[in-house]
Amino acid sequence: MKKENQHHDTAFYRTLTRNMVFIMVLVSLTPLFLVTGLILGQYNRSYREKVHAHLGELVEKHSQNIDGFLTEHLNLLRFFVDSHPFEQFRNEAFLELKLAQLQLQFGGVFEDLGVVDDQGVQIDYAGPFKLLKAHYTDADWFKKALDRPYFISDVFLGLRGLPHFIIAVRQNYMGRVWIIRATINFAAFNNLVENLRIGKTGFAFILNRAEEFQTKPPGGTVTGKDHYRTFMKGEGHEKKNVRIIEKEDETGRENIYVGAFLKNGDWLLIYQQDTADAFRDLNHARNIALLIILMGGIAIITKAIFISRRMVARIALADREKNMMNKQVIETGKLAAIGELAAGIAHEINNPVAIMMEKAGWIQDLLEEAEFEQGENLSEVEKSLEEIKTQARRCKVITHKLLSFARKTDSRPQSVQLNDLLEDVIGLSEQRAKYAGVSIQKHFCENLPAIEVSPTEMQQVFLNLINNALDAMEKKGGSLDITTRRIKKRVTVEIADTGPGMPAANIDKIFEPFFTTKPVGKGTGLGLSICYGIIKKLGGDIDVESEIDKGTTFFIHIPVEETARQARTRTGKENRNGDCERIIGG
Amino acid sequence: MAIANVLLVDDEPTFVDVIEKRLKKRDIAVVTAFSGPEALEKLSGTDQLEVVILDVKMPVMDGIDTLARIRRQYPLVEVILLTAHATIESAIDGMRLGAFDYLMKPCEIEELVGKIEKAADRKRRQEEKILEAAVQEIALRRA
Repeated sequence: MKKENQHHDTAFYRTLTRNMVFIMVLVSLTPLFLVTGLILGQYNRSYREKVHAHLGELVEKHSQNIDGFLTEHLNLLRFFVDSHPFEQFRNEAFLELKLAQLQLQFGGVFEDLGVVDDQGVQIDYAGPFKLLKAHYTDADWFKKALDRPYFISDVFLGLRGLPHFIIAVRQNYMGRVWIIRATINFAAFNNLVENLRIGKTGFAFILNRAEEFQTKPPGGTVTGKDHYRTFMKGEGHEKKNVRIIEKEDETGRENIYVGAFLKNGDWLLIYQQDTADAFRDLNHARNIALLIILMGGIAIITKAIFISRRMVARIALADREKNMMNKQVIETGKLAAIGELAAGIAHEINNPVAIMMEKAGWIQDLLEEAEFEQGENLSEVEKSLEEIKTQARRCKVITHKLLSFARKTDSRPQSVQLNDLLEDVIGLSEQRAKYAGVSIQKHFCENLPAIEVSPTEMQQVFLNLINNALDAMEKKGGSLDITTRRIKKRVTVEIADTGPGMPAANIDKIFEPFFTTKPVGKGTGLGLSICYGIIKKLGGDIDVESEIDKGTTFFIHIPVEETARQARTRTGKENRNGDCERIIGG
Repeated sequence: MAIANVLLVDDEPTFVDVIEKRLKKRDIAVVTAFSGPEALEKLSGTDQLEVVILDVKMPVMDGIDTLARIRRQYPLVEVILLTAHATIESAIDGMRLGAFDYLMKPCEIEELVGKIEKAADRKRRQEEKILEAAVQEIALRRA
C-alpha cells in the first residue's frame, strides 16, 4: 500500500513537473516566436523590396548606358555623314582617314566604314576585312536600313563570320538611295554589357525579340530561358520600364530575373542572379536570428526544466512536511485522548481504592481492641491488612502518575522541569520494564534548569524513545540508563539501552518518516520522525549512537533560555556531567 | 471530650461511613453530610463544628462552591479539602478561597487526623483572639 502511494506520488510529481515545464515553455516561447516571426517577415519583405529596387535601378541605369552607347555611336555616324558631302564617301582614302580618326577618338569601337548602294553592293569600304563589292541585297539589316533614315542592327555573324552589329545611315544622292554603314566592335559592346556583375552569380546579357543572344553570357549559355518569354510578354513585377521576377530555373535553382527593354524595345537587357546570392545578407541575418532564437529556446527549455524540477522538489518536501505534521497532530491528539481517558479512570479508581484502604485501616483499628488480641490468626490477619494497604498505596501511586500524565496534554509551551517529566514517563513504563526484565537507572542532574516546551510533546518524545528501548530489550532484558545533563546553554537527555543495536545503514534512516524495523502492524515508522520534528522545532538536536550487540544511545539536546538570575547562579564548572554539581540517581 | 468536632462531607456513603468510624475511634466527633447543601444545612444547625472535611468532586454543588459558601457564612470554620481529583489547580483554587489544607485520596488516617487537629487548633486560637479583642474593647469602653 505504501509502495502504491509512493508510486502514485512519483507519478503525480512527474506530471506536475511536465505540466509546469510545458506551460513555462509555452508562455515564454510563444511570444518570442510570434514576435520573431513578425519581425523576420517584415524584415524579409523590406529587404526584398530594397534588393528589388536596387537591382531595378542598376538594370535601368545600365540599359540607359547601353542605349546611350548605341545612340552616341549612331549620332557620331550621322554627324559624320551630315558634315561631309556625299562625294567624299566615294573616296576610299577619305573613308580610311575618317575610320582612323574615329578609332583614334573612340578606342576601336568602330571596326570599319562602308558605303552600300541601293542594290546592296558595298561600293566603298575602309576596314580590316575584304568586303569591297560585298553584296548585302538579301541581308536583313540592309532591307531594314533602306526603310528608315538610320538603323542599328541586331548582332549577326554576316560575311565575316564573326559576331558584330551595324549602325547604318540612309542618304539620298543623285536620285538614288545610299547606305553609309559602320560596324561596331562586338567585344567593346559585350564588355559594356558584361560590366553589370553583382555578387558571385549576377550577370547581364541582351536578347533580341527572336530570343537570340545579342551579347555572350558567361559560359556561353543561360538557364531559365522560359522566364525570358515572361518579360517579352510584358509580365513580371514592373517598376518603371524594368520588370523583376523570381523563379526556379530548369535545374531547380531559384533565380531573380530583372529585365529592361532598350533600343526602342528591340532588345531586352536581362540581369540574372541566384536568389540565395542576391539575398545573401538577408539570409545571413535570418540565420543569425534563428540561431539566437534556437539558443534562447534551448536556454528557456533548460531553465524551465531546472526551475520546475526545483519547485516540484520543494512542493514535494512541503507536502511531506505537511503530511508529517498532520500525523504529528493526530498522534498528539491520540495522546491527549489517552490522557483524558487515563484521568477519568484514575479518578474513578481512586474512590474505591480509598474505601478499600480505609476499610482495611478500620479493621486494623478494630483488631487493636482487646477482644482480638488473643486471636489465633491475628498476626496473619494483620499481615494481610498491611498488604492490602500496601497494594492500595501502589494503586494510588499509579493513578497519581496517570493523572499527572493527563495534566500535561497541553501543546502550549510552558516551563517544564525535565527531571519531573522524565519521572512521570518512567513511572508509566516501569511496569512494562519490569516484565521485560529491564532495570531503569536514572542519573539526573540536580540543578537542571526549567525549559520552555510543550509537556505533551516532550512526554511524547521520551515515551517514544523509552518504549523503543524497551521493545529492543524485550527478549533478553537489559539496562536502560536515563541521564540528564546541563552543558553550557543546553540541556541534554541521554537514553541508553543495552539492546541489540542498529546497523550503520539504518542509523541514517531512522528519522525518516515511515522507516521502521519493527514487524508489520507493530510500528508506523512515524515515532522517531515525530520526535525529530518536535526537537528540531524547539531549536534542539537529536543524535544517535549505536553499536551492534552493545546497544543504542539517543542524545536529545534542548536549548535553555535562561534568565539573568539563573545565569548568575549557574556555576561555571564543567565536568563529565556538564554543569551539574551533583547527580541524583535511582 | 472530643479533640475536635468535624463535619465530614462526601457523596460516597461507604467512604463517609468508614472515615466516621475511624475518626470517632480517635476521639473526633463527626457529623456527616452527603452533599454541599446538606453540609451547609448541618452547619447552620450548630456552632460546635470546628473543621469541615470536604470532598471536591460532588454532584449538585461541588466542593469548591461549598467551600466558598462556608467561608462566607462561617469564616471561623476551617476546611480541609479531600479529593480524588488530584489536580493542582483544584487545590490552588481551594487554598485561594481559604481552605486550611488539602489531602489526596486515598490518604493515611493519621495524616488526616493530624491536619484536623491543626485546623481545630487554629480555629480555637482565632476564636480566642476574637474573644480577647472583644474583652479589651469592653474594658476600654468601661474605662
